[in-house]
Amino acid sequence: MRLLALSLILIGLSLAAYKANVLGLPLTPDTTAEVWTVDMRVQLRAHGGPVRVDMPLPDSDIAFTRLQEEFIATAFSAIIDGDGAERRAIWTARRARGRQTLYYRLQLTKGTTNLAQQFSPVPGYPEVPDYGEPQGAAVRGLLDSVRAASADIESFARRLVLRYNQPSGDDRVHLLRDGVTNAEGHVRNLIQILAGARIPARVAWTLELSKGMRAQHLQPWLQVHNERHWITINPETGATGLPATRLLWGTGKRPTVHAEGAEVVEWGFAAIRTQRDVLAVATQRAADVGSLLVSLSLFSLPVQTQSVYRVLLLVPIGALIVVLMRNIVGMQTFGTFMPVLIAMAFRETQLVVGITLFCVVVALGLLVRFYLERLRLLLVPRLAAVLVVVVLIMAVISVFSHRLGFDRALSVALFPMVILAMTVERMSVVWEEAGARDALQKGFGSLAVAVMAYLAMNQPLLAHLAFVFPELLLVVLAAALLLGRYTGYRLTELWRFRTALREWERPG
Amino acid sequence: MNPFRRLRELGLIGMNRRNASYILEHNPRRRYPLVDDKLRTKRLAEAAGIAVPKLLGVITSIRQLDALDTMLDGREDFVIKPTKGSGGNGIVVVTSRLGERWRRASGLPLSRDELSYHVSNILSGMHSLGGLPDRVMVEQRVRFDARFDAVSYRGVPDIRTVVYRGVPVMAMMRLPTHASDGKANLHLGGIGVGIDIADGHTTAAIWRNRPVRLHPDTLSSVIGLQVPDWDRLLELAAQCQALCGLGYLGVDLVLDQDCGPLVLELNARPGLSVQLANRAGLGPRLDAVDALRRIPHEACARAAIGREIASACA
Repeated sequence: MRLLALSLILIGLSLAAYKANVLGLPLTPDTTAEVWTVDMRVQLRAHGGPVRVDMPLPDSDIAFTRLQEEFIATAFSAIIDGDGAERRAIWTARRARGRQTLYYRLQLTKGTTNLAQQFSPVPGYPEVPDYGEPQGAAVRGLLDSVRAASADIESFARRLVLRYNQPSGDDRVHLLRDGVTNAEGHVRNLIQILAGARIPARVAWTLELSKGMRAQHLQPWLQVHNERHWITINPETGATGLPATRLLWGTGKRPTVHAEGAEVVEWGFAAIRTQRDVLAVATQRAADVGSLLVSLSLFSLPVQTQSVYRVLLLVPIGALIVVLMRNIVGMQTFGTFMPVLIAMAFRETQLVVGITLFCVVVALGLLVRFYLERLRLLLVPRLAAVLVVVVLIMAVISVFSHRLGFDRALSVALFPMVILAMTVERMSVVWEEAGARDALQKGFGSLAVAVMAYLAMNQPLLAHLAFVFPELLLVVLAAALLLGRYTGYRLTELWRFRTALREWERPG
Repeated sequence: MNPFRRLRELGLIGMNRRNASYILEHNPRRRYPLVDDKLRTKRLAEAAGIAVPKLLGVITSIRQLDALDTMLDGREDFVIKPTKGSGGNGIVVVTSRLGERWRRASGLPLSRDELSYHVSNILSGMHSLGGLPDRVMVEQRVRFDARFDAVSYRGVPDIRTVVYRGVPVMAMMRLPTHASDGKANLHLGGIGVGIDIADGHTTAAIWRNRPVRLHPDTLSSVIGLQVPDWDRLLELAAQCQALCGLGYLGVDLVLDQDCGPLVLELNARPGLSVQLANRAGLGPRLDAVDALRRIPHEACARAAIGREIASACA
């Protein structure tokens, strides 16, 4: 039994941990994730015949999570070709003329960044290039002075970048920078210099994600391999690591757009940032990964059914509260799970109004029930009569409170009337047979447990956990199993056995 | 000192322990109907030769209400019971005729109409476990041994014996009071009087959860009384285990002035107040029974073991 409970707890917790850590489902409600929508825009002037456009797509292996990809163009159809760094979109149109615009829209979140730190094998050490003179001497001199001041490949590369960007007073750097005009050229220059130290390096094409960014182009950054993974370096500042607002699009050759049957007028990027519910993002992400857990989860249900389950999954929590209150504390209630149903009604009515309405309905119901007792009705007709009276009381409360402008009390209609009727009936029977004290004690016991169940069920955190991680209910199940074999005293038994505690002589 | 630990040291059995370790362990559910239906219990007991109050008749439907008259014709006193009642609910004790009406044990009059209404209430399940339709048992009113008149107020005292695996381990007498309306149930206001299993004399008493020495209505002492026929009574209680096959059993007996000890009913979930009435926990006695290597088949031998255990644990 303990083994069963233990394994239930383990299964529940590990499933939840998997969903939280690997699939990224949030453990708390109301967390939002940053979602970037990046548009890649290509303008073409088509010649009138068939057109084929070959467009590079971001490397699917790199550290962000694609939520959604869309290809938007009127006359064109697109297919994705290749994988990893070679991923490309091939757009084709049978006939196109004049200005055409192709949009590739990517929605992404920056995933857990440790993906960027993923191990990748050493791509092979470059041969020392033949720089020719006097550049060769300049490279050797520069490398020597950088090597003297650095500990490992990362700091070596950083220092080199810094030196390369502060040419003042260093003729070697001036010489090496000479004739290079664009950013890509400088990065390729750095790669050439690093090859002199046999350090593998490559160009990384990045995109600055800034809010409302328009017409941007890919910027070349530097990546060096430190024998475990690729390190991204800003070629101007030497800072390592990819900033959170920068997207790695690809590596190696400059991504270009090729077109057949048309000429590319211009292409560029735009990005906007939006906040989205982490939950939606994570489920989307997990669905993309093809996680069976998520495709079989409650999120696959229609929204309306989902909202039903949002409430239903709280019932076990309420039930656990009832178990605790009855078996550990020893409170008495009418009906085992009546308090849970009342607590669910409280969710709609709010607590204070709910308690008031409950007391009013039960009190009025009891009054009528005491009168019915004198009529000596048979059981089932009497129950029916109590039910009718309860419904009437609820209707009257609604009408009057509406008249008085107290619309909150209209929610009395949400009380489970059969439960209320049964409460009235059982309370009156206990009242008759065991006295008012017992009846009131049980009545208030039920109400108190209902309030506690409500407070537990109304915790946004618990509600969130129950819905997103329903496997945690296995833990609740295990707790119920364990409590099922609990043989300790109930809290109220201290009171029940008080004479024993106070007056019996101590044993021994 | 930790009060929970104190309770454990006193050997008191709590509700959870009773349910988990004794009732769930030793009372197979399929046996419950035997004791939950008093009519079945009575017939089983009669077949086994165990003394029970005489059954005057059974009413199973409203149409049979007329049969009530023939059943009660010429009788001065009787008891009406639901066959599946619990905790004394629905039991009406009639002690004498008042012309066209009856007089209840509480002294209140009972008209023929009120009686019919009560019977129909029982039939519709109002006093029964789970509210299921029920039958009505009419049986002989037990006249309790006159020696206890001084400590019972308008009702029949009974003797509740806890029988664990056939061994009677603890007993108490339940005395009706004015407050309990002739019923002997403790939670209705009856007095619980602890009985020494070894010799059958009363040792301590509890009323409304407080220790008492005197009956609140008659002001006679309830302590130090000797229950007559104690050995036979204990043996009768021990016999009931074989009857119903329940390992943790409450046997309610009465002492009729003419017939001696009679088994009134059996209870699969006997309460825990017997411990307070006896100023002793059930724990050590139940453990002593569990420690027995062999539990004998003969009821008289088990009764003897019960006496030994009770003296050892005293």
